[in-house]
Amino acid sequence: MVERIDELSQRYGLQVDPTAPVWRLSIGERQKVEVLKLLLADAQILILDEPTRSLAPHEVEGLFRVFANLRRDGYAVVFITHKLPEVLACADRITVMRRGRVAGTLAGSEATESGLVSLMFGGGGIESPHRGGKTPREGVQPLLELRQVSTRAQGEATGLQEVNLTVLPGEIVGVAGVSGNGQRELGDVILGLERCARGTKYLWGQDATHWSVARIRASGVAFIPEDPLGMAVVAGMTVQENMALADTRKYARQGGLSMDWAAVREDLERSLKRLGFTIPSLDLRVGTLSGGNIQRVVLAREMARNPRLILAFYPTRGLDVRSAVAARELLVASRDAGAGVLLISEDLGELFSLIDLLVVLFRGRIVGTSKPQEITVNKVGYLMTGSRGGTWVE
Amino acid sequence: MGRIRELVRGLRTSRNGGMSGFFRFVGLFGLAFGVFAVVLLIFGKNPLKAYADIFSSTLGSAYGFSEVLVKMIPLILTAVAVAVPSRIWLINVGGEGQLYVGALFATWGALTCSNLPAWILLPWMFLLGFIGGGLWASISGVLRAKGWASETISTLLLNYVAILLVNFFVFGPWKDSESANYPQTAAFVHAAILPAFGGTRLHLGFAFAFLALILFHFVLSRTRWGLEIRAIGGNAEAARRNGIPTTRYIVLLMFIGGGVAGLAGMSEVSGIQGQLRPSLSPGYGFAGFLISWMAGGNPLGIAAAAFLLAIIASGGDILQMAHGLPGSVVNILMALILFVVLARRGWKVGGK
Repeated sequence: MVERIDELSQRYGLQVDPTAPVWRLSIGERQKVEVLKLLLADAQILILDEPTRSLAPHEVEGLFRVFANLRRDGYAVVFITHKLPEVLACADRITVMRRGRVAGTLAGSEATESGLVSLMFGGGGIESPHRGGKTPREGVQPLLELRQVSTRAQGEATGLQEVNLTVLPGEIVGVAGVSGNGQRELGDVILGLERCARGTKYLWGQDATHWSVARIRASGVAFIPEDPLGMAVVAGMTVQENMALADTRKYARQGGLSMDWAAVREDLERSLKRLGFTIPSLDLRVGTLSGGNIQRVVLAREMARNPRLILAFYPTRGLDVRSAVAARELLVASRDAGAGVLLISEDLGELFSLIDLLVVLFRGRIVGTSKPQEITVNKVGYLMTGSRGGTWVE
Repeated sequence: MGRIRELVRGLRTSRNGGMSGFFRFVGLFGLAFGVFAVVLLIFGKNPLKAYADIFSSTLGSAYGFSEVLVKMIPLILTAVAVAVPSRIWLINVGGEGQLYVGALFATWGALTCSNLPAWILLPWMFLLGFIGGGLWASISGVLRAKGWASETISTLLLNYVAILLVNFFVFGPWKDSESANYPQTAAFVHAAILPAFGGTRLHLGFAFAFLALILFHFVLSRTRWGLEIRAIGGNAEAARRNGIPTTRYIVLLMFIGGGVAGLAGMSEVSGIQGQLRPSLSPGYGFAGFLISWMAGGNPLGIAAAAFLLAIIASGGDILQMAHGLPGSVVNILMALILFVVLARRGWKVGGK
């Protein structure tokens, strides 16, 4: 066994100590172990899904040398990534996937960054609506302000790095980025779920760096998560009970000895009506509802509190076209009513049609800030994928 | 990942089933009794006769029945002590130790405030017992909330510490100088004894046990805190994002659970023993764990399972006296029940 490992690692540049326990290896070395396992199992086709995500640049280069050696010996490698320079550096053929479909296939030698970006994001065809510029950003008290906020990276996740971000009243700020580049952490930091390792967070002009989640939520922050079933609702509880969860103090009676279910229903029904949503029954367990209905429940619950700041993660995911339109209109209406919205999405079309200001998140950093009408979709695509074409101008 | 989450969710919802819980319960007992019958046959005893004796001696006479109820008190209380933290997936295996510390605190009250009238002294001992057990369990709660140690391990290990702690006091500072050389405290004054009903040993602790069950059910199903606890139990991630202080609940529920176990200790010293001895509990805390798991944390199920285990525990004496079997033979039956309970859960996890 040890001999075979040594032979294979010599041949493909996958040097690791075969007798070392895995926990002692670096992430780059563990990756080598994974590749070695495939080779030992006599695999002919190797599929690597985002293998470079947690690798340092020199380790990435090492991995590409391994690819080259494998290719020379007749192995086929499927390398999945969203980082354009990486595919351009190592691929013979490049297939672009978009929303579950193949958007196009190019030979590696013919592909260019701009060609790939337009395949990935659908190129032109997205007009940015002209709403912007109605209010000057200067001199307005921001609803949310992050100053130089960093978080500790946990495991494979991306930590935020010196993020500066402000959301003003009556403004939708869009965050573009390929998922896994710090969106979740951004939401968690604003909600108070994750501590700022460095930097300060202001809400409504007050230092909120150390506020509890409950206090932040009660002060008027709504949260529409990327995964409602995992992050917002309790599947085993009814729609009505889930509604009450958002503000158990408000609906408690007799100091908490009982709950005012009539008030819960009333608020929920009013909110559903305002949004034009219908839910089969408020007494069903949320886990029995469809994904779209779960999203409607979350939207209705969050909007019922008339939030001043809305954190919306992929708010239209899983919704049918009509409800998606309703959800977008809701964000716009809240904005027009003076609320601030932080809209996190991968869908550049959705972002460009709604937002007043765009920031791009890449590897936990904000790599660009712009008004949507001053930037092209391609340029955003470059930034999201860490391409060279994306050197930034403020 | 998603499938695992689905599976976990399925398990969570299945544990509160009302009717299905009842059938599961009956089936489990049937299986255990069947296997135990084989054990009795191997001993050369007639299992039907043995079972008939057990039931006639416990349920057949008023006194026998009252003894069953007496045994139910600590069983129910220690089962609630397990069930409360189990709502947010904390595994409290420390009911035994919490019972001992509760008894220790209550004894301290009885020995130091012996000139108080009963209507002050008993509530004071009640409070001390609750606080003692609660603080003991909170040690594990805090360790868990900080992410330093699993509550399963720490509650288990603290059992031994608690028992040694009681030993220290009864062999040392609190040892009754008048009792020849027995390791025990002086007998409690009359005011520190829980009143009993009629000529039986059935004492006021029975009311504590049923109050604990009713409160447990009421708080969980009706109150704001029950809603928050169910939310944490159902989806801790979502609960946190909705501003529910999950770490605070970890400590709080461990405290309450431990406190209820402490009440079992208080009611044993005050209602049954009348003094603190090292052999305070024959393993009520562990039996309580078994009961809570069997009942899936359901209050009615806890009452029913405690009733059956109390019959078995009382029946052990009969097997010893009338059939010449070693008294510990009922431990085989209890172990069998534990085994089928655990096996049943194992099938569920592996089967889907």
